[in-house]
Amino acid sequence: MNSIWTIAKRELASYFDSLTAYIIIILFLGLTGFFTWVWPSNVFFRGQADLNIFFEVIYICLLFFIPAITMRTIAEEKGSGTLELLSTKAISDWQIVIGKYLSSLLLIAIAFACTIPYYITISKLGNADHGAIIGAYVGLLLYTSAFVSLGIFASSITSNQIVGFLLALTFLLVFAFIFGFLGSSIPGTIGETLYFMSARTHYDSISRGLIDSRDILYFGGLTFLGLLFSQAMLAKRNWKD
Amino acid sequence: MAIKVDNLTKYYGDQKAVDNISFQIKTGEVVGFLGPNGAGKSTTMKVITCYMASSSGKVLLDDIDAEQSPELIKKKIGYLPENNPLYMDMAVIDYLKFCAEIQGVPKNEITGRIKEMIELCGLNIEKHKKIRQLSKGYRQRVGLAQAMIHDPEVLILDEPTTGLDPNQIIEIRKLIKELGKEKTVILSSHILSEVEATCDRILIINKGRIVADGTAEELRKQAQGQELINVQIEGKGNKDDMKKALLGLASVETVLDLDGKENYFQVQSKPDLTSKKDVFDLCVKNKWYLLELASKETKLEDVFREVTN
Repeated sequence: MNSIWTIAKRELASYFDSLTAYIIIILFLGLTGFFTWVWPSNVFFRGQADLNIFFEVIYICLLFFIPAITMRTIAEEKGSGTLELLSTKAISDWQIVIGKYLSSLLLIAIAFACTIPYYITISKLGNADHGAIIGAYVGLLLYTSAFVSLGIFASSITSNQIVGFLLALTFLLVFAFIFGFLGSSIPGTIGETLYFMSARTHYDSISRGLIDSRDILYFGGLTFLGLLFSQAMLAKRNWKD
Repeated sequence: MAIKVDNLTKYYGDQKAVDNISFQIKTGEVVGFLGPNGAGKSTTMKVITCYMASSSGKVLLDDIDAEQSPELIKKKIGYLPENNPLYMDMAVIDYLKFCAEIQGVPKNEITGRIKEMIELCGLNIEKHKKIRQLSKGYRQRVGLAQAMIHDPEVLILDEPTTGLDPNQIIEIRKLIKELGKEKTVILSSHILSEVEATCDRILIINKGRIVADGTAEELRKQAQGQELINVQIEGKGNKDDMKKALLGLASVETVLDLDGKENYFQVQSKPDLTSKKDVFDLCVKNKWYLLELASKETKLEDVFREVTN
């Protein structure tokens, strides 16, 4: 546990030492803020005290932010050779992967925390549905957790960060849109299965303030699978022929 | 900590990088892996340090199987990989702290260990700089410091002196020798003089196999075989007579003409015999002056070339 935290701490520190973390947070706040408060269909225009637009925008923003954050996690270490150094320290591949995952998740969670003033503002403006907003934040975190894990997996496949970004973006688009689209256009069990695989389905149901065990299982399972595959990519060097 | 490698083989795809290597290293021994590029030195090290598993064969450190309990082994090994990869965006002191924490150094000892390493590796002036800003020599010192931060019993250093200037090389060698008093050290190099200067024992590896094993002295003797001496004579008589007289000696096998000096010969003795005294006596008998009588020292370079070609 200590080693996981040591790795996560180092990663986070490197985000904040370089300008990466600040740029990500500022862009994140700028984009979501613009669409929530300024864009023609903004909160005032709708005249409802909710953050639906904000959660809609964030859903799309994250599809690009998450790959941008996770693309370097393992690919960079592979490319520069530091992975060899890390792997020969007294830690397991699991600890490396989980440490990386935690650091990316925390960075995005910090960005989320910066949007709390939106929530405060909205609740001052009118009768906000607190349950729905808190549910949406929880859903957002679960969704982020699953997608960060997929992003780490994408990064573990390659030693090229750009490939890592594009792969992650592809994975996320598939889970965020393509499964949902296919699910609603293909009839029968296949369609239903695809529909269940879509992150959108589960995100929407949590955002309504309904916390269902199936949704938690879905995001938890996706997170676990992403981490499992990333770990397997690291452990691959130990495979016998 | 003793190291035992048993029938180690490692394939990369179809390519055999290490071919059935076995050797043992005693506690406190400093051993040099010597070999041309691509001989399998680094691969052997990567298996010992648990970076990757072997295709077959075993690595034991004091009876602990590296494949069974890698975490335990990794705690006991300090490793400096080839090309010395480092986190360039970290400050030296932060990096050492990170390494100490991750290697499980107890919290209350970390500051002390870092101080000690900074002192030992001469990093005091540079300790707050980012690693990116350091020169190659200083980066190498950081690499050594991170390898030793948890006071490991075994040090594995893959080409520890590449890219250093002569003064730094001497310093690092001194440091390795110093460390070798307590720790088991394996280092690799393709610089012969370096291995000779720092190691108690040399393993020459070529094409994935060990082709020679011993101290520098032993290897030299092994390769030398028959004694060779250079002889220069001055006196009455011509060159051919001298050559004939030398060949007439009971202990001499062949005599070759050497260029560069007058009456200059290379004399090869018969196996297990030395001809130095006979040559001297011959000169006395013929009233010749013996200007040079030098045994030709076999250089480690020759040994190396012989076993790796």
